[in-house]
Amino acid sequence: MGAYHFNWFLAWQNFPRFYWGLALGLELAALCLFIGSLIGIGGAFARSFGPPWLRVGITSYVEFIRNVPLLLLVYFAFYGLPKAGITVFNNVWSFIVALSVYSGAYLTEVFRAGVNSVPVGYLEAGKAVGLTPWQRVRFVTLPVTFRIILPSLSNTFISLFKDTSLASALAVPELTYAAEWLNVNTFRTIEAWTFASVMYLLAGYGIALALRRIERRYAVIR
Amino acid sequence: MWHQIALALPQLLRGLRTTLEISALVLVAGSLVGFVVGLLLLYGGLVVRLAARAYVDTVRGIPVLVLIFVCYFALPAFGLRLSAWQAGVTALTVFAAAHIAEIVRGGIDSIPRAQSDAAKAVGLTFWQRLRLVILPQATRRMLPPWVNAAVEIVKGSSLLSLLGIVDLLLAMQNVVGYTFIVLPFYFLTAVLYFVVNFTVSRTAATLERRFAYLKY
Repeated sequence: MGAYHFNWFLAWQNFPRFYWGLALGLELAALCLFIGSLIGIGGAFARSFGPPWLRVGITSYVEFIRNVPLLLLVYFAFYGLPKAGITVFNNVWSFIVALSVYSGAYLTEVFRAGVNSVPVGYLEAGKAVGLTPWQRVRFVTLPVTFRIILPSLSNTFISLFKDTSLASALAVPELTYAAEWLNVNTFRTIEAWTFASVMYLLAGYGIALALRRIERRYAVIR
Repeated sequence: MWHQIALALPQLLRGLRTTLEISALVLVAGSLVGFVVGLLLLYGGLVVRLAARAYVDTVRGIPVLVLIFVCYFALPAFGLRLSAWQAGVTALTVFAAAHIAEIVRGGIDSIPRAQSDAAKAVGLTFWQRLRLVILPQATRRMLPPWVNAAVEIVKGSSLLSLLGIVDLLLAMQNVVGYTFIVLPFYFLTAVLYFVVNFTVSRTAATLERRFAYLKY
């Protein structure tokens, strides 16, 4: 054990950096969950009811993305896409694109399982009262699906929040980057990483608690 | 261009070998530690159970990348001298063990209590119950998620490129850096990762189907 002089005050002085880093991570996770859900809903319906070529396409997308590392996608969005002529991204938007495409693959599967577990009787009841197919999707399938998959969505959100740490590889100033910054600039290594870890834990715990309450409220009565 | 790709291919494959070596090592070490921790979660005394629970929940609540940086930066600050490779493998093992501990706990938990009670009634000791009755059944439950954990480990190993360990991802970056051929190498690297992980996850799906009859 080397002698290590803790300097919590110095770390505390940098609290805003960590706080805004955490906030940015949560924002990124929320935005990517939203875009990923849109991809997921589209993917789930396309994979269940689309023409064969589209089904194959969606299945390939899901399987391919789920089996490559997220960091590769992040680098691809930031360094690779400009080479392909797509140059509208800064580091934050590159990361959002990468994480959305990544989560979209997982969420396609989540939504597909949800749509398939909507009891057939609900849809028949919808038919019986004269709802059009589109109305059945809007007023029966989607709301019920959302209720069924809410726990999965919560878990996905927490995973995405942890995944936002990879944005530090593109110098996006989120929580991990804040810890790296403190580490590199002040050599307050232990304070920096303890700080970041505790914040991740507290935030994750807080989110989980909040989401459990929402889940209980909207739980499907079986 | 094809000539350059052919020249750079050995470098990529060396990176792939590093990725596979690290992943295999982490899977083995993480499974051993995870198995023990999983048993402690279920059968330990109160203090041991709480300690195991704290370890699993803490590790699972922190991003892998932070875990890697903690091992790389913070452990040396405590006077523990680690190379990048050692720090990276340690971090991934700590991460994998926590996840595998949960898988072990869930697998054993899913075996009905009656099985254990019946084994008790026949007069088997605790270890006999575990070895002869519980584990043979629980192992089949654990296999599919355990194989999926292997995919997560391979994907997680790509983060070690940030410590300068030349795995497949960093090998790719190096090659892109001096050939200026970007998209083909990205594609090739993604395909290599995909082939490895897809093979593994197909195995998981097959196992899941094989053991589907056990879902009662």
